[in-house]
Amino acid sequence: MLEALLVMALGAVVLGAALGYAAVRFRVEGDPLVEKIDAILPQTQCGQCGFPGCKPYATAIAKGEAEINQCPPGGEEGIHKLADLLGREFKPLSAEHGIEKPKSVAVIDEQACIGCTLCIQACPVDAIVGAAKQMHTIVAKQCTGCELCLPPCPVDCISMQPIGESVESWKWKYPVFKINPTQREAA
Amino acid sequence: MTALQRLFKFNGGVKPAYNKEASTGLPIAVAPTPTLLVIPLHQSIGGPPRPLVKAGERVLKGQRIGDADGNVSSAVHASTSGTVVAVEMRLMPHTSGLSAMCVVIEPDGRNEWIPRQPFDFRSASPAASRDFLRDAGVVGLGGAVFPSHLKLNAGKQGKLDVLVLNGAECEPFITCDDVLMRERPEEIIKGAVIMREMLSAGEVLIGIEDNKPAAIAAMEIAARAANRVAGANVYKVGSVPTRYPAGGAKQLIRVLTGIEVPHGERSTDYGVQCFNVGTAYAIHEAIELGQPLISRIVTVAGNVGQARNYEVLFGTPMKDLVALCAPLPDSDRLIMGGPMMGFRMPGDDVPVVKATNCVLVGSTALFPPPPPEMPCIRCGECAKACPADLQPFEMYWFSRAKIFGKAQEYNLFDCIECGCCAYVCPSRIPLVDYYRFAKSEIWAREVEKEAADVARDRYEFRLLREEREKQEKAAKLAAKTAAGREKAAAALAEAAKPAATPEEDAKKALIAAALERARTEKARVHPENTADLTPEQQAEVTAIEARRAEIREMAKPHLRPDD
Amino acid sequence: MNNSPYFLQPASVQSVMLRVLLALLPGIAVYAWFFGGAVLVQIVLASITALAAEAAMLKARGKPLMMFLGDGSALVTAWLIALTFPPIAPWWLTVIGVLAAIVIAKHLYGGLGQNPFNPAMVAFALMIVAYPSLMSQWSAAGFTDFAPQWNAIFGTRQLDALTMATPLDALRTALHTPEARATVAGVLGNDASFGNIGGKGWEWVAAGYFIGGLYLLQQRIITWHMPAAFLATLFVITGGFALYDPGRFAGPGFHLFTGGAMLGAFFIVTDPVSGCTTPRGKLIFAAGIALLTWIIRTFGAYPDGIAFAVLLMNIAAPLIDMYTQPPVFGHKGKKGGSA
Ligand code: SF4
Ligand code: SF4
Ligand code: SF4
Repeated sequence: MLEALLVMALGAVVLGAALGYAAVRFRVEGDPLVEKIDAILPQTQCGQCGFPGCKPYATAIAKGEAEINQCPPGGEEGIHKLADLLGREFKPLSAEHGIEKPKSVAVIDEQACIGCTLCIQACPVDAIVGAAKQMHTIVAKQCTGCELCLPPCPVDCISMQPIGESVESWKWKYPVFKINPTQREAA
Repeated sequence: MTALQRLFKFNGGVKPAYNKEASTGLPIAVAPTPTLLVIPLHQSIGGPPRPLVKAGERVLKGQRIGDADGNVSSAVHASTSGTVVAVEMRLMPHTSGLSAMCVVIEPDGRNEWIPRQPFDFRSASPAASRDFLRDAGVVGLGGAVFPSHLKLNAGKQGKLDVLVLNGAECEPFITCDDVLMRERPEEIIKGAVIMREMLSAGEVLIGIEDNKPAAIAAMEIAARAANRVAGANVYKVGSVPTRYPAGGAKQLIRVLTGIEVPHGERSTDYGVQCFNVGTAYAIHEAIELGQPLISRIVTVAGNVGQARNYEVLFGTPMKDLVALCAPLPDSDRLIMGGPMMGFRMPGDDVPVVKATNCVLVGSTALFPPPPPEMPCIRCGECAKACPADLQPFEMYWFSRAKIFGKAQEYNLFDCIECGCCAYVCPSRIPLVDYYRFAKSEIWAREVEKEAADVARDRYEFRLLREEREKQEKAAKLAAKTAAGREKAAAALAEAAKPAATPEEDAKKALIAAALERARTEKARVHPENTADLTPEQQAEVTAIEARRAEIREMAKPHLRPDD
Repeated sequence: MNNSPYFLQPASVQSVMLRVLLALLPGIAVYAWFFGGAVLVQIVLASITALAAEAAMLKARGKPLMMFLGDGSALVTAWLIALTFPPIAPWWLTVIGVLAAIVIAKHLYGGLGQNPFNPAMVAFALMIVAYPSLMSQWSAAGFTDFAPQWNAIFGTRQLDALTMATPLDALRTALHTPEARATVAGVLGNDASFGNIGGKGWEWVAAGYFIGGLYLLQQRIITWHMPAAFLATLFVITGGFALYDPGRFAGPGFHLFTGGAMLGAFFIVTDPVSGCTTPRGKLIFAAGIALLTWIIRTFGAYPDGIAFAVLLMNIAAPLIDMYTQPPVFGHKGKKGGSA
């Protein structure tokens, strides 16, 4: 039975080496949890979650002080990702924090703007350019669509405009093919 | 002798029915000018050009109507003389069925050219030559529409070993390069001469699939003539084995030179660059005749009575073009490109653009809907057929499960979407659809993530700034009065509070409203309406308008064209 | 409406499976010639059971019946079971085996294309663990009397008359019994029922499978990698050990032509779903199976080791695939993959 023992021993060595290699190859670098959560949050900085920005909300989630379903801009997908990351149960978006809206940008009606600078102070990402008594405008690329500039405007000249799909941003849809729909339903 | 000695092979590939004879029987015909040209502004890879014309303006043939937006972009031109009737959103020749900015021109039938001047590229700097080609709107005509001027850059070494001209044209049905090579070989070679000089290239290898003997013969004659002029054997025609996708740029480079250019790297860095023969022709027209790119050869084939190649002005509606070929009554779709990689058009009134090498008329009989998709049995057929040496079934598995990271690990972005895998799959899985889906999801996420990262940085910077300002203010107050200390404390406390609470907003709004009232009270020189202004006011308004325009211009690159 | 490519090669899972069945025919014919009509009875029995089980499972899982039932994959599994089980196995043994393969090994893992283990081999392994003696009673080669075989399958078993251990089994039993002081040559040469190479009849069956295998290669349904690696590995190991001690280790001729080796090399190891798909992976996978097969045949307690060997390598297949991805176009010479 010496052969058998040798063969088995050889097998053990080979497998052990393979496992060891795999362990080195697939090592995961530790990331602070808050950073990971913050990376999932959409960075709209809108405060709808009840925290003054995404990072504080991320901190609260990490500490277990907040639910994962309070961020409307992140939507269902964001909640799914958070649930996956934290190993928690998925929950639908909590209604008291708001609803998921199509992504929009704020647009200032330049004819109506009086140059009060209030919106500049409200914008969490400094996406509004202008100076006192001068017309303001929003840098669409930097606008996160948080809507925080809407309430302060004394003349209500800011409105949200949904970003439509363009030829460049269009996405191929998930391929779906109907196979005999009646029988599919039972699946 | 102009023939090539040694060829290489690429792995994979398939041999679908070629169906090319139908459209090579007749010479190239010039398609008539339609009653209305719809010229999309964005016809190439890169930034969408800015419109240069307004509705009502008269344009000449070859007049620039869209200006390249930055260097990674390419200009567009009026295909004929006429009147701009609109600059508006029109349906694009794109599967999405979305619209984009187009210049709509009503031709006046006079075909009046702009003054055409050949460009003396030999005495101009390389950069100037490239700018000229960018402004002439020359892009790759093989279908990828990559701006040619960007590729005509010899790179770090300042020279190139091999310039490859792609006349392989491996897609079934398409023959536009074939007929161009048969009928206008000298012009193609003239274009190649220009490119070779711009790139300081050593050899020029012209790769043509061996199922096009007429084109090979014509090109060999032209190449021999060019070799005589050059005094050396630099222009060589290589007849490459007929196997789809031999006309993929990377595959052809591999077959002719043995060099494999990895995904995401510039082939210039490997001493080789590849251009379509149609592009060479366009470069010749632009440089030697001063004619910008306003038309191209388009194959009309498929479910038609008489397939043929036409020289078509950009902006010609596809239905006008197809009508010339007697489409059969059961036709149910138009495909731009070939049956392997082409895209279904959202309608038949979309215009012919620079990317349109073929308008394929389809019908259910010609292209039957695929049988239902079965599960993958991991038979490995797709991997054997893949010219990029990928593992398509693994990419499929992860794309289908939406595990995009894994799909990328299996080199999803090396996939050239040639369709070989789907062509051979016994389970009839629309593999490429899954890759297209996964790729566009990954891109979208990438964009989203970038935006989120920018937002995070900007937000953090703002917090920092606010904190600093508040501390400065608090310090000043503290210095001023003893009582100020309390205020400083309050201000500091405020710093910890969220940026905008409703009360605060209300307060600020009140202040602003008060200010506003006071301001209008005091001067009454800033009425909301702009009726009866004094000259000074008028001047001020003009100045403001100018500033506005400036800001708008600044913001423009970040806005969508429709904003 | 679908997107490009609009052209598809006329290929289907069904045609692949049908050609596999076709390729099995020569082997089956020889097998039936030597071992009697029982072989065909088993095939019919297994086929009917497999189709019924497949239909029931498809219905239960709400899958389109006709599309999947017609794909032929259940039949391939059924035939492989019928060919690896003893021809005179009682009917319920085959039925349970097929049910285990179709219901448990195939559909509970997600059906066609999803099963991590080779269904036929799952059935074989399960049954040989549960009914070791029944699974080792082979009909004697050359004894093709149909009535007693029929009785053995469906009625009372009068075994002594028609059963006999397979050459592999006989050899293993003899060598494992210390008192016998048997040698390979002694056992194989001793008995009239053993032919010259792999045991009487067996070598011809193996030759039948070999021809079928060549057909599969010619049809490009399988690639050369797996059969070549399997047979070569088996050849090298057995050859080496037979040189080392011909008394205790049977040589390559015997191992390659007996038991399920040839069937395994072309039809079992090559199952695409549960095996490796990269070229290098296929080589490793098949070589691994050959090695394990030999170990189990030589040192193990079961008459043939292919089933266990295949299942063990099935577990490793995804990992092997992952590490043996061929270099992507343009990435040659660099480190493989993008990791
Ligand atoms: S609700 Fe707004 S502030 Fe809160 S995490 Fe979501 S995007 Fe960020
Ligand atoms: S060809 Fe189709 S069935 Fe075969 S492995 Fe590829 S995807 Fe799977
Ligand atoms: S479509 Fe992509 S994965 Fe499929 S064969 Fe072509 S390159 Fe390979």
